[in-house]
Amino acid sequence: MTAAATTSHLIDVRAEFPLLARRFDDKPLVYLDSANTSQKPESVLVAMDEFARTTYAPINRSAYRLAAEATDVYEGARASVARFVNARDANEIVFTKNATESLNLVARAWGEDNLHEGDVVVLTHMEHHANIVPWHQLAAARGIELRWVPLTDDGELDLSGLDALLDGAKVFSFTALSNVLGTITPVRHLVDAAHTAGALAVVDACQHVPHGPTDVQGWDADFVAFSSHKMCGPSGIGALWGRAELLDATPPFLGGGNMISDVRLDGFTPAPVPAKFEAGTPPIIEAAGFAAAVDFLEGIGMDNVRRHEMTLTDYALTTLDERFGDRIRIHGPRNIEHRAGVLSFEFDDLHPHDVSQILDADNVCVRAGHHCAKPLMRLLGVTATARASLYLYNDIADVDALGDALERAGDYFAL
Amino acid sequence: MPGLDDLYREIILDHYRSPRNRGELPTPPARLAVGHNPLCGDEVTVYVDVENGTVADVKVSGQGCSISQSSASMMTQAVKGRSIDEVQSMVARFKSMLSIGEPPPPRSTSSNGDRDGGAATTSASSPGGEAGDVSGDGSELGDLEALRGVVKFPVRIKCATLAWNTLVEAIDAPIPT
Ligand SMILES: Cc1ncc(COP(=O)(O)O)c(C=O)c1O
Repeated sequence: MTAAATTSHLIDVRAEFPLLARRFDDKPLVYLDSANTSQKPESVLVAMDEFARTTYAPINRSAYRLAAEATDVYEGARASVARFVNARDANEIVFTKNATESLNLVARAWGEDNLHEGDVVVLTHMEHHANIVPWHQLAAARGIELRWVPLTDDGELDLSGLDALLDGAKVFSFTALSNVLGTITPVRHLVDAAHTAGALAVVDACQHVPHGPTDVQGWDADFVAFSSHKMCGPSGIGALWGRAELLDATPPFLGGGNMISDVRLDGFTPAPVPAKFEAGTPPIIEAAGFAAAVDFLEGIGMDNVRRHEMTLTDYALTTLDERFGDRIRIHGPRNIEHRAGVLSFEFDDLHPHDVSQILDADNVCVRAGHHCAKPLMRLLGVTATARASLYLYNDIADVDALGDALERAGDYFAL
Repeated sequence: MPGLDDLYREIILDHYRSPRNRGELPTPPARLAVGHNPLCGDEVTVYVDVENGTVADVKVSGQGCSISQSSASMMTQAVKGRSIDEVQSMVARFKSMLSIGEPPPPRSTSSNGDRDGGAATTSASSPGGEAGDVSGDGSELGDLEALRGVVKFPVRIKCATLAWNTLVEAIDAPIPT
């Protein structure tokens, strides 16, 4: 593929991210760890700063105008996020700390209310620990059974036995996009299979929402979890989308202020959704930033983000293969339609720690580790991988810098 | 930023490429312990055969990065033939070189001297317990000195100490039956 052929779909927003101007050793930063967490554009930083300087106040509890304005911003953020994932109603968005808390909310609040000994929860071999451990905890507490959808050699879900796995299941909880393999799963198909089996469909969309158009109604899912910090927003806030009637029927998760409509000596009455699930003072400034991140991404268009990343991913897969041949093994599907810009790889038999250390000398930031997916690591037969992940602010030069740095790593450890 | 060459000294790369004492020992008579680095998933198994209070043989298996593998390799060379007391003091010195843990107990001169006894003779240690107190004596840490540069890369310290912590566990482990 020639550079000319690739660049037509690229967007150029790097300059809007102040941090990406940072230099180490007077060389530019090559940030390839967005699957871990993303950088923030100027507009998000300004939104939080301005809100904190001019409008910050408690939400929901006070009559003064400043508090009303702050509440409007907070609830406006809920509406923005709802629109972004095509929720039917803003109140179907519950603000949480992150996707991890969102998934815990489902497993604990819904799960403890609805699952009993012997009930089956189906997960997949490519889940993040955030979509495994809460179910393990529930399994230990409740005696539920966990079943696992296996993978194909190409790193996609092996759906050949799906119906049997789902037979009798109460929940099917799966990722929409693997943070290790980059695999994009067929969410609508999986949701339909879950519903056919009478199971709830829970989608971990933590990697999906930042990287492509997300339509929770189109998915027909029951719960969808994601985090602001992976989509150009601040850390400290995430979301759980749930179908309104499900959220209504689910008991509260954490207890405290804000989540009640009445507290008596002999008990309490929870507030209506979504406040019911937002105990305590929520991340207010972060909500302003989350909304600004959504505005920023909508301004670019998620179709354009996806196309940009497909182009860059294709360029990366092609050029890394050309440059290194058998010396590099990139995990996950080769079909660009089925994968995102998450590139976990083995290089020259080098340990991922050593790869990332040498790459860092060239300011190339990649994650080395198990990526919170140890069951998947075992399946791949590795303890860890190096992972380069692309986002909308990355460009061809970043991918080339990765290749150059890998070349140096190979030379450095040449046996 | 400290240079890569501070971390990847030639001797480290040599041990990484040709690790010494790799493999397993029959258990029993050897004991073993398995160590994990939760950060990167690395796993080493240390086999140690202790006879009459002395490390008669030691082997390491498992996988890890250049730092953990070379540290393990150098460790096996350093502890073989040493008394358990000497090994324990060496572990403390090694960790002190990496700026972690208690200051090392002073070097005991007799192979069976206990730590409290040794504490009376502090003259062997340089003031401050800094890494300097291991540099003068090649027979104590020898090649392991090369790992001193790891201090400048804090996330890698756990890699360097993995095999050592596992060795201590192996020595304390019951002999398998
Ligand atoms: C697929 C997936 N699910 C869940 C999470 C957890 O996200 P957070 O740490 O923001 O809660 C991550 C983060 O790495 C992820 O990649």
